[in-house]
Amino acid sequence: MFALPSLKATRIRKTVVVLAATLVSLGSLSAFADDHPTKVGFVYVGPVGDHGWTYRHDVGRLAIEAEFGDKVETTFVESVGEGADAERVIRKLAADGNDLIFTTSFGYMNPTIKVAKMFPDVKFEHATGYKRADNVSTYSARFYEGRAVIGTMAGMMTKSNIIGYIASFPIPEVVRGINAFTIAMRKVNPDAEVRVVWVNSWYDPGKEGDAAKTLIDQGADIITQHTDSPAPLQIAQERGVIGFGQASDMSAFAPDAQLTSIIDDWNQYYIDRTKAVMDGTWESVDVWHGIDSGLVGFAEYGPAVSEDVKAAAEVIKEGIIDGSIHPFQGPINNQAGEEVVAEGEILDDGVLLGMDYYVEGVQGSLPK
Amino acid sequence: MSADNSMLVLIGLSVITAATPLVYAAIGELVVEKSGVLNLGVEGMMLGGAVGGFAVAHLSGSALLGVLAGMLSGMLLSLLFAFLTLHLRSSQVATGLALTLFGIGLSALLGQPLIGVAYEGIPTYAIPVLRDIPVLGTLLFEHDLMVYGSILLVVAVSFFLRSTRAGLILRAVGDSPEAAHALGYRVILVRYLATLFGGACAGLSGCYLSMAYAPMWAENLSAGRGWIALALVVFATWQPSRLLFGAYLFGGITILQLHAQAIGINVPSQLMSMLPYIATIIVLVLISRDRGRIRKNAPASIGQAFHPTK
Repeated sequence: MFALPSLKATRIRKTVVVLAATLVSLGSLSAFADDHPTKVGFVYVGPVGDHGWTYRHDVGRLAIEAEFGDKVETTFVESVGEGADAERVIRKLAADGNDLIFTTSFGYMNPTIKVAKMFPDVKFEHATGYKRADNVSTYSARFYEGRAVIGTMAGMMTKSNIIGYIASFPIPEVVRGINAFTIAMRKVNPDAEVRVVWVNSWYDPGKEGDAAKTLIDQGADIITQHTDSPAPLQIAQERGVIGFGQASDMSAFAPDAQLTSIIDDWNQYYIDRTKAVMDGTWESVDVWHGIDSGLVGFAEYGPAVSEDVKAAAEVIKEGIIDGSIHPFQGPINNQAGEEVVAEGEILDDGVLLGMDYYVEGVQGSLPK
Repeated sequence: MSADNSMLVLIGLSVITAATPLVYAAIGELVVEKSGVLNLGVEGMMLGGAVGGFAVAHLSGSALLGVLAGMLSGMLLSLLFAFLTLHLRSSQVATGLALTLFGIGLSALLGQPLIGVAYEGIPTYAIPVLRDIPVLGTLLFEHDLMVYGSILLVVAVSFFLRSTRAGLILRAVGDSPEAAHALGYRVILVRYLATLFGGACAGLSGCYLSMAYAPMWAENLSAGRGWIALALVVFATWQPSRLLFGAYLFGGITILQLHAQAIGINVPSQLMSMLPYIATIIVLVLISRDRGRIRKNAPASIGQAFHPTK
């Protein structure tokens, strides 16, 4: 009988303390509302340590921190599945008071739109999607422009005229890369061909390495990839052939073999968008920029790249930046040799976004 | 590589490297299961071994120390599993699954400073005289020591289980722990040792991935190979020779389907990617379809906790 009241008293006291603490924190929040740091949240599809896609987004997040110091506060949630989990995570980030939330994978599109409706004051940025709202922007990069540059280099440098291409999934983004690479390669070397191996994974170092071995065994002397691990380049280094990195600079894994690497560079975009939120100038936009904006960057040329090849690559880069060169400018033939884009015509973004055929110069048939 | 650079030899070399990690992980799990313990944490222990081995090899510059560290990492994780399931008698299935999740997370955390670190890989060792045999010399006798080790290990395990007294005790413990206990054998101790052996093998498999196959550290490097190893044990009906065959079949078809794609054979790549799984399952099920043999080889008490006072 004696214990009960005291227990009750403790519980009440605890409740009071919690309530008081909540009030104090609420009070302090509103008191300092004006100079509270801008909070930026990130949702990643893979682990930060994938050395590819997610890794580069996280480099962008760190760039925001470096730029604004304690005026920003960033958080991230990694390895978030593209299903039901995504909505929960995005909602949590919004409820936690983030002012700006980057959702960095295509599969987050619908959850992002849904949560954005519930939090009209929070700004959302969705990578690689196509659904927008007043508080949802979309952004992506024209990586195929980078592929046109490395395709040119490959066409000039191959001796066997066989290029090995390790691909992930047969989606338009990847097919577009293969085609841009091949078109540019055939412009400088009409005899060269691209052999594609699909590994059906974005990330499986063992399998990517096996695919590289396979292609080299079949005579490829240059390896390029649309998967995220440095394993193919490592194999190239080991076997004495050359190749291109993906998403980040992979020269540490292949100091002799890496010719250059297409780098996803979100840093400036992330800084600009955070700044816009801070200044109150943020607006919903649809961004699909390429080399000109710096979203598509390049690693430094490797030791195997001659001055001629460097010069040719720079010409393509500058041409793409000033608009005089377009990676998908006609005439373009499909695999059957039929002209699909007439001379002088340039494929529009709609066709590029739905690309589902191989161009002339690619071996094998596209899995559907 | 010597003069025999024919396509077949090249394919063969790739097959051997693809199969070796599976052989290690699966032969370890086979011994574990033979003792009546089902450890579903192979994937987690592989990742532990991969990160431990890579870290030590990178820091010390010694491949041997790296391999030892990989083994030890796998054993530490399996010790945790053994303590939980054998001592505290937690559910083996749930604990094994938890061990996989734990291994994925822990290896990612510990491996963070190793991302982007290059390692030249375990040196290969050509066996003198034998390497000079045309074609076969290059194919069979110019590997890193871990490849030879994996074959020797399978032979040793096979011999151990079939022809030694200790192997007989292990099987007795797996088939009827009560009977083994009544005869005076220490069931828990035997299962501890078997589980630790399995951990060491999974660790070896992991460090083969991070030190020889890929050679690098990246999160989730094993990409599901631990689960394939687990499946191989069952489909090989707990027989080491079939397990070896299954691992090489799986590795072989994995590599061949890549070659088929690169040549440009017109089959959907998704189907090609499924092929190793389907073919391995079908072949092993066909050669193991004798129910009597399955009953003979399957450890009767697998997955069940044992306590002497029960």
